[in-house]
Amino acid sequence: MLQLTITLVAGACFGAGLGLSGMMNPARVRGFLDIFGHWDPTLAFVMLGAISVMTLAWHIQRKRSKPLATNQFALPKTKQLDPALIGGATLFGVGWALAGLCPGPALASLGTQTKPAAIFVLAMLTGMALEELTKAIRRSDNPTNSSSTHQ
Amino acid sequence: MIASFSNAQPLAGFMGGLLIGLSAAIMLLGIGQIAGISGILARSALLTQSRMPWTLATGFICALVVGAALFDQQFGPIEANFPPESAWLITGGLCVGFGTRLSNGCTSGHGVCGISRLSFRSIVATITFMLSGIITIATVNIFTGGW
Repeated sequence: MLQLTITLVAGACFGAGLGLSGMMNPARVRGFLDIFGHWDPTLAFVMLGAISVMTLAWHIQRKRSKPLATNQFALPKTKQLDPALIGGATLFGVGWALAGLCPGPALASLGTQTKPAAIFVLAMLTGMALEELTKAIRRSDNPTNSSSTHQ
Repeated sequence: MIASFSNAQPLAGFMGGLLIGLSAAIMLLGIGQIAGISGILARSALLTQSRMPWTLATGFICALVVGAALFDQQFGPIEANFPPESAWLITGGLCVGFGTRLSNGCTSGHGVCGISRLSFRSIVATITFMLSGIITIATVNIFTGGW
């Protein structure tokens, strides 16, 4: 129950933060990437704010053996670069620019710009399912090379 | 480069960023999870088996939608200019979904949580998707005029 409460508070805080930040406006996100046109640097300030708080949070995390409400930190362990990281990030960048949306703002817009947000989210879920499908096919082709997923 | 910052909202952006960072900090120090939206959504949609319990993933997504809607109601309306044609949304959504799962993270997981952790993978991923986005916009503007 404590875990769920913490998660709900964090989720609402994320949603309100996105609303305040201006990042729920696809035109503004697009404006950040449009460096040769009418450049809008707002996204950089959003990243600066978020990263500064999280830098402090990681500092605290390193001194703690476990989180407040669970027994262990569930953190990504992968260190090395691989083609999937580069290829996936490249594809993500293309979609981000085309629609002006990444996953957080798209979901947050479901309650405010329901129709266009729902179209994007459904397409995004389809993309996620297709990726999972290709992963499953690759695994069945090459059963010894089962890659684990990390966030 | 013809830069015009007249439409920027640096203060609102920074304050919103602080809230997003606070949310990610609560997730990390409270329940030990990375606040990466693409991963949490995939978990909630039963597309992956991550270490995050399904109820928490789904609760986070629902609270995110409610939090944004409440903000819109109290302090809005939130300014939002979406692409006029669904083709942009559908193509974009497919690429974002496939790409974020393949690279295991998006703007929140790699951009916010990963960069602040000084994760080399996340720094490379963020530079990659930003460059890719910049090139895409420039290309789209040349060939179609964009939206």
